[in-house]
Amino acid sequence: MHPAPSVILFTVLSGLGFGFLAALGLGIVQPAGWAAFALWGLGYGLAVGGLLASTTHLGRPDRAWRAFSQWRSSWLSREGIAAVATLLMLAPVALSDWLGLGWSRWPGIIGAVLALATIGTTSMIYAQLKTVPRWNHWTTPAQFFAFALAGGAMLAGQGAWAVILLVILAASLVAHWYFGDRRFAEVGATMGSATGLGALGAVSVFDPAHTAGNYLLREMIYVVGRKHVAKLRVLALVLACLIPGLILLAVAHPMATAAAVLTHLIGAFAARWLFFAQAEHVVGLYYGKR
Amino acid sequence: MTCLPAKTDKKLGLAIDLDTCVGCNACVTACKGWNDQGYGAPLSDQNPYGADPSGTFLNRVHSYQVQPADAAAITVNFPRSCLHCDDAPCVTVCPTGASYKRAEDGIVLVNEDACIGCGLCAWACPYGARELDAVAGVMKKCTLCVDRIYNENLPEEDREPACVRSCPTGARHFGDFADPDSKVSRLTAERGGFALMPEMGTNPVNRYLPPRKKDALDASPLAPLLDIKATGFAGWLDRMLGKI
Ligand code: SF4
Ligand code: SF4
Repeated sequence: MHPAPSVILFTVLSGLGFGFLAALGLGIVQPAGWAAFALWGLGYGLAVGGLLASTTHLGRPDRAWRAFSQWRSSWLSREGIAAVATLLMLAPVALSDWLGLGWSRWPGIIGAVLALATIGTTSMIYAQLKTVPRWNHWTTPAQFFAFALAGGAMLAGQGAWAVILLVILAASLVAHWYFGDRRFAEVGATMGSATGLGALGAVSVFDPAHTAGNYLLREMIYVVGRKHVAKLRVLALVLACLIPGLILLAVAHPMATAAAVLTHLIGAFAARWLFFAQAEHVVGLYYGKR
Repeated sequence: MTCLPAKTDKKLGLAIDLDTCVGCNACVTACKGWNDQGYGAPLSDQNPYGADPSGTFLNRVHSYQVQPADAAAITVNFPRSCLHCDDAPCVTVCPTGASYKRAEDGIVLVNEDACIGCGLCAWACPYGARELDAVAGVMKKCTLCVDRIYNENLPEEDREPACVRSCPTGARHFGDFADPDSKVSRLTAERGGFALMPEMGTNPVNRYLPPRKKDALDASPLAPLLDIKATGFAGWLDRMLGKI
């Protein structure tokens, strides 16, 4: 699948944002005054920034509001609703923290649950697709939750929890790669089943359907950059999990936390790039490519 | 709502004969021609006469080689377009309700005025039947020529999809798969028509008719005479080599 920068930015940033908003909503950190403004602002900034980035990959962003209508069948629609509901639900808590109004924290707890639901719906947009076997697996939601929770805990300054969650994140990434590498074969789609000619003999491409590119080849049959996969996987693990974990274990200081989060983000971008670039869509079978 | 209808009254679709198709691309051209001028946004081309041409098509013809274990290889021309699936995943993933399956005849369509061009439906389709138009920014797909098949302004014989109407070898058949006596249902039953990638759980309506069994060359009546016995030195060599 084509690793579109807008979608990588969106999933990484809003995942981190919603993870952090959940922590703030639960009151794991309870900042006051301008510190509250800064922290809540960071959470909202990440979540909203990511959502805005995602609209840039639409063909008709002017109609994006229509995406709230199909919650009964569509995970993408549910995601939009969950995201907006989270942001609205948490707003009074953020306001109360900032201005010291002392309002009830209940909306914060509901908002935290909604934030987690948002992360779940984002992951299901990918995990539901039978056509992309690598994504169509429980390790996809596991990875998205682990990223959001570990990132949220780091931003909330929960050193010990963050380290535990980073270990879980590393495990979820390794599991996603381990199972992912086997998924396509497991699902069993082949050029033989795609063309239905497999019963007659071995199928191969004789003549391509078109000699120039098209939407399918650009969007779903992305085969660039796969040869560096092994190196990128190591890089993603080291940057997203290992180094931030070591920093947090060694120093407990806001600057150290910032360094850990930034390193983690770079690793997260690498991991998310791999998530897309490595995912093979079954339509590639018609073109003799995967 | 982009929920699927529990049942459709008709199941309109195509039976495509892989035995008869000669890969001439007449259906590709006819489809592009018809769908460029009526229903929805035109099918745009980018850089059509340049070095890197690209464009939106609703139907494409592939060509495969099939190598049986014990016979000569065959070439199969393979048109690929929307199969108007019963359990269409492209419909249920759509966040806007733009994609839908009609309860009356099972045709899967896109309401282009509601489509935001998110592309998720194209990701959900196993068959590459949907292409996002680069100019209009909305999703395009086969409409089964919904603006022809019910169009009373057209002569009766033209009320079928443009690809079916244009195929010079009659390799494409249009009809109702819900009716067991329709031409497409009978063809499917007689010829062992099959669905593509059943493991994807989409339950396509369209069927493909397999290439017919090719004749094998009969053994020549003169074949026994071919078993010429070598004599002399050549015969000795033949026997010795046979023993090694
Ligand atoms: S072939 Fe693809 S686009 Fe057509 S109904 Fe099936 S899943 Fe949807
Ligand atoms: S591209 Fe259009 S039709 Fe397809 S899922 Fe998105 S909104 Fe629906």
